[in-house]
Amino acid sequence: MTGIFREIYYTFLDFLETFGALQLFFLRLLANSPSIFVRRFRLVVHQVYNTGALSLVIIMVCGLFVGGVLGLQGHSNLSRFNAEDSVGTFAAFSLLKELGPVVTALLFAGRAGTALASEIGLMKATDQLSAMEMMAINPLRRVLVPRFLGGVIAMPLLAAVFSMTGLLGAHVVAVSLLGVDPGAFWQQMQTSLDLRDVSEGIIKSIVFGIVGSLLAVWEGYNAIPTAEGVGRATTRTVVITAISVLILDFMITAIFI
Amino acid sequence: MSSDTIVEIRDLDYSRGHRQIFKGLNISIARGKVTAVMGPSGTGKTTLLRLITRQLVPDRGTILVDGVDISRLSQTELFRLRKRFGMLFQNGALLTDISVFENVAFPLREHTRLPNRLIRHIVLTKLHAVGLRGAADMMPSELSGGMARRVALARAMVMDPDILIYDEPFVGLDPISMGVIVRLVRKMNDALGISSIVVSHDVQEISTVADCSYLISGGTVAASGSPDELSNTRSELVRQFMHGMADGPVPFHFSAPNYAEQLLGRDTE
Repeated sequence: MTGIFREIYYTFLDFLETFGALQLFFLRLLANSPSIFVRRFRLVVHQVYNTGALSLVIIMVCGLFVGGVLGLQGHSNLSRFNAEDSVGTFAAFSLLKELGPVVTALLFAGRAGTALASEIGLMKATDQLSAMEMMAINPLRRVLVPRFLGGVIAMPLLAAVFSMTGLLGAHVVAVSLLGVDPGAFWQQMQTSLDLRDVSEGIIKSIVFGIVGSLLAVWEGYNAIPTAEGVGRATTRTVVITAISVLILDFMITAIFI
Repeated sequence: MSSDTIVEIRDLDYSRGHRQIFKGLNISIARGKVTAVMGPSGTGKTTLLRLITRQLVPDRGTILVDGVDISRLSQTELFRLRKRFGMLFQNGALLTDISVFENVAFPLREHTRLPNRLIRHIVLTKLHAVGLRGAADMMPSELSGGMARRVALARAMVMDPDILIYDEPFVGLDPISMGVIVRLVRKMNDALGISSIVVSHDVQEISTVADCSYLISGGTVAASGSPDELSNTRSELVRQFMHGMADGPVPFHFSAPNYAEQLLGRDTE
C-alpha cells in the first residue's frame, strides 16, 4: 500500500515539475513573441497559412455537417413545442458559445497540432535545431515562436469559419429542406444573441488557440529524438490538448454563467 | 595556451547518467591544421564536439577557444563565438523545408543585412566550391547522402568560420562521394586558412587528410600523433583500432555473464 502512495507522490511531483517547466517555456515564448511579430512577421504569416489556411477544408466540412445535425436535431425537438422557428437561435447558441470553439480546437489539435509537434520533433531528431544553435540562431525564436503565434492567430479565425459554415449548414437543413421560415430563422437569432454570447466564444477560441499551440510546440520540442519519440509526442499532443480544452471549456463556461 | 593552439581541453570530465564518458581528457587543437579525433563507436566523439561548442556542459575541466573559457560565456557571447564555428553534422542537418540555395543562404539572411544580389553571389561561390552550384534550386529531399553533406559543408563555411567541425563526415558514403569529401576537408582547410576538427572512425580516409590525430578510448586520450606515428605504434589498443582487428583490448563481446552458465539458465538462479 505504501508503494502505491509513493508512486502517486512521485507521479504528482513529476507532474508539478513538468507543469512548471511548461509555464517557463510559455513565458519564454511570450517574451520573444513581440519582437518576432514585428521583425519576422513573414515567418508568422507563413505559419498562419500552414496551421490556418491548410486546415480550412476540414474545418468547413466539419462545420457544415455539425450545423446540419444541429438543424435536424433542433427542428425535430423544437417542433414538438411548435417552436421550430427557434432553430436558428438554437444552432447559433450551440455553435458560437460551445461547438465552434471546442470542435475547432479538437480538429486543430488533430490537424495542425500534430503537424507542428511532428515537424518540430523531426527537426530535433535530424539535428536541424542543433544546426541552428551552431549557426548562432536561437531555434526558440526562429522555429518555435512563429509556429506558436501562427497557431494562436489561426485558431480564432478557424473557429469563426467553423461557426459560420455551421450556421450555413443549419440554414440549409432547417430552411431549405425542412421549411422553416428564413426570416424567423435569422430574426430570432439576432434578437436572442448578444455581445456577451459572442465574446464567450471568442475568448474560448483564443484560450484554446494558446493552449493548443503551446502544447504542440512543447511536445515537439521535448520529443525524444527518435521515430518512436516523435510518434509519442504527436499522440500526446492530441490527447493532452483534447483534455485541456474540455477542462478549460468547463471553467470558462462556469465563469460566464 | 600558445598562439598555435586554437582549442584547448584541460582535465575534462563528463558523465551521462551513471556512465562516465570522459575522465581527465586533455586535447590541443592546432591552429590552421586538420586534427582528427578517432575512437571506437560509443567513446563519445560526437559528445566531445558538442562539449567544444557548448551544446553540452562538462562536469569538470576547462575548454578554451582562442584562450577564452567557453563555460564563462553568456548566451549572447556564446552565440557570438559560435559565429566563428562551422559545423558539418553527421546527416547534414539541412533544413528540409527550404531549397539548397536557401539552406546555404540561411546564416547570411539571419546574421547580416547583405543585399540579395550579394547573398546570391556568396552562396553560388560556396556551392561552386563544393561542386553543387547546379543543385541550387533542388530541395534537400532530392539530394543523395553525399550531396547533402556537401551542401551542409557549403552552409558551414558560408560565414567564413575560423574553425570547421566535421562530425563523422564519411559515414555511409560511396567511395566517390567519400573521396570528394576527403579532398574538400583538406582543400577548405588550406584555401581558407581555417582550423579543422574531424571526428571519424574511418581510419584510412582520415589518415590521408589529418595533420594530427587523437585516439580516444576509455574516456581519455589513448594515443596521439601524426597518422604515421599512430600506425606504427606498439600499443595493442591503437594497433587494434588502426588495423581494424575484431578482438583485442576492445573486446568483441560486450560485457555478459558466463556463456555456458547463461545457456544452462544458471545465471538467473
